[in-house]
Amino acid sequence: MGAGHTHALYVHEHSPIHRLAPEAKIVAVFGIVASIAITPRQAVWAFGMYAIAVAGLAAISRLSPGFVAMRLLAIAPFVLFALFIPFIATGETTEIGGLAVSVEGLWGMWNILAKATLGASLSIVLTATTEVPDIIRGLSVLRIPTLFIAITTFMVRYLELIVDELGRMRMAMSSRGYDPRWVSQARPIASAAGALFVRSYERGERVHAAMLSRGFNGAMPALDHGHADAREWRAAFGVIACAALISAIAFLTL
Amino acid sequence: MSARVVVRGLEYAYPDGRIALRGVDLTIEAGERVAVLGANGAGKTTLALHLNGIYEPASGSVAIGDLPVNDENLAEIRRRVGLVFQDSNDQLFMPNVGEDVAFGPANLGISGLELEQRVTHALQAVGGGDLISRPSHHLSGGERRRAALATVLAMEPDVLVFDEPSSDLDGAGRRELVTTLAPLEMTQLIITHDLPLALELCPRSVIMRQGRVVADGSTRELLTDASLLAENRLELPFGFRLEAAPER
Repeated sequence: MGAGHTHALYVHEHSPIHRLAPEAKIVAVFGIVASIAITPRQAVWAFGMYAIAVAGLAAISRLSPGFVAMRLLAIAPFVLFALFIPFIATGETTEIGGLAVSVEGLWGMWNILAKATLGASLSIVLTATTEVPDIIRGLSVLRIPTLFIAITTFMVRYLELIVDELGRMRMAMSSRGYDPRWVSQARPIASAAGALFVRSYERGERVHAAMLSRGFNGAMPALDHGHADAREWRAAFGVIACAALISAIAFLTL
Repeated sequence: MSARVVVRGLEYAYPDGRIALRGVDLTIEAGERVAVLGANGAGKTTLALHLNGIYEPASGSVAIGDLPVNDENLAEIRRRVGLVFQDSNDQLFMPNVGEDVAFGPANLGISGLELEQRVTHALQAVGGGDLISRPSHHLSGGERRRAALATVLAMEPDVLVFDEPSSDLDGAGRRELVTTLAPLEMTQLIITHDLPLALELCPRSVIMRQGRVVADGSTRELLTDASLLAENRLELPFGFRLEAAPER
């Protein structure tokens, strides 16, 4: 890709993981996440190994631990939920700091925390090393239905425009002294959302007209792109095999 | 290549019943460059959207070269007529400029090396060879305008239709537009409020009002007629002297 790296999640760097074909990265992330998800929760050592592997991938991608930690804040709501489980779950209890907590609940909490954190970290590595259009391209190489690909492409393309438009509306509202503090003042926000919807709908019609004008007949044309080569697929399946091996050992040593 | 455009008795009403065109007659010779002037709501954009069959006329007909615009010929008509929309953001819907320029020719069934060549040529024609891998939403107004034009040129059209091509351009961007359009040999229809642009690019202009063509003639003569301009809510820029503008 040329100048103007733009997507919010992407980190502009040059690393082997940045260079890896997107479809290989997507398959690898999917495979590792699947292995993590099916690993029995009692195999604490396995999660330790996954964590080392994920940290290694992040390091090869030249992502700083602080960066990954900041992005991980996105899963905070799930973490909060998980923290309650030991107090809500029933069954055999144990005492921690004078509080009776459920053993089953503790395992449940650990399960969610470990798997969610690892899975989210992998997504962070994927999105930080792959620009959104490349992810979409990777998905289309993986034969995801073209309609889904087209919708996603347009969403990515026009999201920023819509956000800009929203920003301008908000500026126009504050310029005329709108400073909402109470729910009763929410009406202008609702009407702005309505206006935004109508504008986006109209834009959709104009974009469709522009597509028809250039011979669109209902199917997005397949444009040629480079595909992952054998070496890249070997790398992807190599890491999946490692993850699957950890998960298999965890099952066998249960 | 360029083609003749013939519009006969064109009438159109929007689905809500508002009448947009009330019998438009217009013939543009192959290779001619004509400006379409008129107030907002005069029906200029509606006319443009009939030229490649996006809108179907209530009555009347449009022909591009030897082909009437109808459902049967739609694919070829859309190849022949390139429409450049007012808001370039509507025209650039792919992730980057190169893919956007490839969209049209790929729909025509062109692929591989030939497709690449089409894309390169089209971008070179607008002086935007460096835009190929840029994401569309981070282009400047002028770059976006040129990229939008390239998406249409890649179809190798015979007729180019522009809807307000200079409306969102700064002075330099407007100058680049003029130098890009001037050498193009296709038949061109330029919808605009920018009267100096019409004067510079188009020897002939038509003025539309309430869905009809009310004036048709040499651009310079039309712009000299102060009462005609006033009737159509058109106005030359402050301080602009027609006599001072060089003949083209």
